[in-house]
Amino acid sequence: MTSTNPIYSKSEVYKVLEQVRDPEIPVLSISDMGIIRDVLIDEKKINVEIMPTYSGCPAMDTIAADIENTLHVNGYADVHVETVLTPAWSSDFISDEGRLKLREFGIAPPQKNAKRGSLFHKEAVTCPQCGSGHTELVSQFGSTACKALYKCEDCLEPFDYFKCV
Amino acid sequence: MSVSVAEMTEQDQLFEYTVRLGDNCVILGQRLAEWCGKSPVLEEELALMNVGLDLLGQARMLLDYAGKVEGAGRDEDKLAFFRDAQAWRNLLLVEQPNGDFAKTMSRQLFFDCFQFLQYQKLSNSADTKLAEIATKSLKEITYHVRHSSDWVIRLGDGTEESHQRMQKAVDELWGYTPEMFDMDAVDEAMLKSGVGVDLKEIEPAWKKMVEGVLSEATLNFPELTWQVRGSKEGKHTEHLGYLLAEMQFLPRAYPDANW
Repeated sequence: MTSTNPIYSKSEVYKVLEQVRDPEIPVLSISDMGIIRDVLIDEKKINVEIMPTYSGCPAMDTIAADIENTLHVNGYADVHVETVLTPAWSSDFISDEGRLKLREFGIAPPQKNAKRGSLFHKEAVTCPQCGSGHTELVSQFGSTACKALYKCEDCLEPFDYFKCV
Repeated sequence: MSVSVAEMTEQDQLFEYTVRLGDNCVILGQRLAEWCGKSPVLEEELALMNVGLDLLGQARMLLDYAGKVEGAGRDEDKLAFFRDAQAWRNLLLVEQPNGDFAKTMSRQLFFDCFQFLQYQKLSNSADTKLAEIATKSLKEITYHVRHSSDWVIRLGDGTEESHQRMQKAVDELWGYTPEMFDMDAVDEAMLKSGVGVDLKEIEPAWKKMVEGVLSEATLNFPELTWQVRGSKEGKHTEHLGYLLAEMQFLPRAYPDANW
């Protein structure tokens, strides 16, 4: 899409941004992840505000570069990506569609309402393979910052759980 | 920093305060990275690297901010790689060597509980940036506290040998913990302006938290028979220099190196 229109539309920019994937969970777009806070358009200048998932997440730099590239390819020349910390990203921001995609991909989606009352509470996690609720935490930390390791006691498959933050 | 606290401007104080927060994260993150490739089990390797990565991310935000506050053109990398031991402001606790896994977990528990309570207060800081960083980090720290508590309990309430080694690890690091709650002139000034945290106020909560874990782990709450302090004036244990030598070697030898 080469834009001849001098004033870009926000919804069109959002649509383009749906092409940008999370490099570590490629089934999810950054829109599914809920990390875009806002798109600010000032004449021809586009400012995309993103919220980092985890402070040390190495995917954030890639995502920022991918946003710029994707928008450039689609005819938007003046693009700036800004990382914002407020509101702090929560797994509650993942869309319903995103949750579905995660489950299909074999990752148990995070539970909603991440506001935990206590420091030590047990989460009830459902196995993404067989749907059993009979699962066990193997480790709070998994292959990426956003995931924990679980095991299903029924189908015996190990799986990733997208952590609730 | 060569100026005395009395001569410090508000900006100097905020820089100093932020660097202290950031330095704890850099040094502990680096220590955890030393476990890479030699952790007891694969899951634990992942966990230690995850925690270290969180700390590194927090360090980047804090040192980036510190550099901006200072306004002297030092960015996060300049601050991390081009300061010598005397200029570091991390707690003595976090620079202590990894030792065995019990010692690493003991160090982690003490720091995680401290950071959890400190950042809870800091998330209400009058300084918006620090409040934002604290709010963000707190989500990660919650997982760290769970992880280290879990291991201290497992090892303490485990076999005879794991119990004995866990107790030894707790005892060996205990004397580094009182320093965490020291309030110097910078802390007092930051507290007064609503930016900083009252460390004396979180001390009893920290003791309660740690005592809860130790008692569940069937470990003794140690008696304080010795203590050392000094990191706020840049006085460190001999271990920091070796850590920095390894961490800073590459950017110092090849200042133009790029990832």
